[in-house]
Amino acid sequence: MGKDFTSAFRPAIVMTILFAALLGLVYPLAMTGIGQAIFPAQANGSLVRDAGGRVIGSTVVGQAFVADRYFQTRPSAAGKGYDGLASSGSNLGPAAQALVDRVKPDVAKRQGEGVTGPMPADLVTASGSGLDPDLSPAAALAQAPRIARVRGLPVERVRSLVTANTETSPFGDPHVNVLALNRGLDAAAPAR
Amino acid sequence: MTLQGWFLILLFVGILLALTKPVGLWLHALYEGRRTPLHVVLGPVERGFYKIAGIDPAAEQGWRRYAVHMLLFNVSLMVFTYAVLRLQGVLPGNPQGLAGLSPHLAFNTAVSFTTNTNWQSYGGESTMSNLSQMLGLTIHNFLSAATGIALAFALFRGFARRSATTIGNFWADVTRVTLYLLLPICIVYALFLIASGVPQTMAGAVDVNTLEGVRQSILLGPIASQEAIKMLGTNGGGFFNANSAHPFENPTALTNLVQMLSIFVIGFGLTWTFGKAVGNTRQGWAILSAMVILFLAGVTVTYWQEAAGNPILHELGVAGGNMEGKEVRFGIAASALFSVVTTAASCGAVNSMHDSFTALGGMIPLFNIQLGEVVIGGVGAGIYGFLLFAILAVFVAGLMVGRTPEYVGKKIEAREVKLAVLAIAVLPLVILGFTALSSVLEQGLAGPLNKGPHGFSEILYAFTSAVGNNGSAFAGLTANTPYYNGLLGIAMWFGRFFVIVPMLAIAGSLAAKKYTPESAGSFPTTGGLWVGLLVGIVLILGGLTFLPSLALGPIADHLSMIRGQLF
Repeated sequence: MGKDFTSAFRPAIVMTILFAALLGLVYPLAMTGIGQAIFPAQANGSLVRDAGGRVIGSTVVGQAFVADRYFQTRPSAAGKGYDGLASSGSNLGPAAQALVDRVKPDVAKRQGEGVTGPMPADLVTASGSGLDPDLSPAAALAQAPRIARVRGLPVERVRSLVTANTETSPFGDPHVNVLALNRGLDAAAPAR
Repeated sequence: MTLQGWFLILLFVGILLALTKPVGLWLHALYEGRRTPLHVVLGPVERGFYKIAGIDPAAEQGWRRYAVHMLLFNVSLMVFTYAVLRLQGVLPGNPQGLAGLSPHLAFNTAVSFTTNTNWQSYGGESTMSNLSQMLGLTIHNFLSAATGIALAFALFRGFARRSATTIGNFWADVTRVTLYLLLPICIVYALFLIASGVPQTMAGAVDVNTLEGVRQSILLGPIASQEAIKMLGTNGGGFFNANSAHPFENPTALTNLVQMLSIFVIGFGLTWTFGKAVGNTRQGWAILSAMVILFLAGVTVTYWQEAAGNPILHELGVAGGNMEGKEVRFGIAASALFSVVTTAASCGAVNSMHDSFTALGGMIPLFNIQLGEVVIGGVGAGIYGFLLFAILAVFVAGLMVGRTPEYVGKKIEAREVKLAVLAIAVLPLVILGFTALSSVLEQGLAGPLNKGPHGFSEILYAFTSAVGNNGSAFAGLTANTPYYNGLLGIAMWFGRFFVIVPMLAIAGSLAAKKYTPESAGSFPTTGGLWVGLLVGIVLILGGLTFLPSLALGPIADHLSMIRGQLF
């Protein structure tokens, strides 16, 4: 048994250092180099810039929309909402009083805005990351009457914007990127 | 539940079944130490490593030496990571200017990544510098996975060799698996992730002026390189707190599918490698069948429950399935499937928050880990865990007919059965013991976010996840305290190495045995009867052991939920 131990010291320590260099430095740095060369936009966060070149968001990560003139995003548990440095879900259990206390006023608010019928679930629930960039088409369409009113657009026009921005995948659910949708909205009709 | 949801689930299983043999063949080449096409490029690296470290890859090791070398390597890696995390504040590669970790958090994290658990008591974006993610954590994602596969190889040799005193060379196994399997796949995989929108840069946060004119900081970093091995190595430790729910870790439904596939693909392949190693690939398919049956049963329950939704929210006028803690781009089916995949393997990555699942939907992930993560299982750990159950199953079958049991040509005797029971008993002992302790101590009760039975589930899930080396969580639990960091650290260490050492002892003991050819009286271990027996043994052992704890947690939670009782 003694020789089993003593024979292990050198390989254990040397292999730690060699593998740390290969897997902890060479591999990630090489991937960074290759990624930056081939896919620079994605490797740097898929950032979106306005006409003036200022960064206004990322196509991948969600940002908060709370104003009436925009399609509003889902509730978020990331920091104070859509905090890009504190991703998190609410972690509330299915029978938590705190969950009901949060959902109830949100449902009432949406109903006050004219949403009738069953409430699209994603509109009143917090996402897993708190940075969900999307809404379901139903949750976006439910907001169409409010947007139409505030922007002075025909509701059909707003609905067709939602449809045009809806993405589908055979491996997931249909979704609408809220930033893209709201930029489309700004282009169609500047807010009054 | 929708047709599209079931299409995704069946497509997922179908792709994996198609990949089982090719991946198994590749693994078998590494198991035998044969030359692969990649040796042209990476062969010099392999030989260079051996030379510098003074390793003779052809020197065979007995099980004790194999175990000691494996353990010391892991201790050395753990100390290295502890040092990197503690010194983070003075090391480079830290654009956010984060401080070093506290001793208890650094200890917990070092154990966590060494043991392939990747439990995270911290939020990645606010705790870990880029260098810590790479040098402290990514290396473990490779090496804990490679260690798992090496150990599986050692056990396969125990079954396959006859009257032998050795079970292979640990260094050769770990190095070959890392260089010729994990690293090449990760290079391609990371590129795919980058192309799909996962950042890969040494920069830190970017300031964004949102459309509404609010400032938002978005954190970037070397994410894709870590994400690839995090999934392939069934590690699960995310760059971000939200793990694979975070759009930068898992931006699209396609990356989500690939992430799920990469959790399972090596586990599927290893069953074929096992069959090939013992000379009958049907032995491998039989094991895989039992695993897939258990897996599909779990998926069905979780998908059904999540799609049915939360009756308390329905009462408030909310439609449809349970979307709390889920991302819209994945939806219910891809989230439910991910949760069962990640806990059937010892991955622990999450694309939705298990804590916010419906009570029974969240019970399946918990139960999966309690079964020992043998339903496919983590890379390496799954198959050797399942073979422990197979030893018990032939033992039970042997008792019924009064014959000394045999499995793939080896007589299973008292020593093997005792060691298998020892390895399997670690799970309930530590999970239930530490959960009970934390349910009465003040420091333990300070942890849960939720009240009532769901709070108990959070504690139970934490220790289950730690001992099972899973790493997923009912994340409402505040675990970054000296109490939880310490206890969970110990639980992870026990859960990994107190299973591995008896398992290697079995490998050594089996290797020494003569080959016993199958006879008319042998219990066949390839047909439907055997698969049924395996499924039964896994479920009965797991069920009897953990049902009382599940009754106090998720089942009580479910009854409250359908009655509308709030906590």
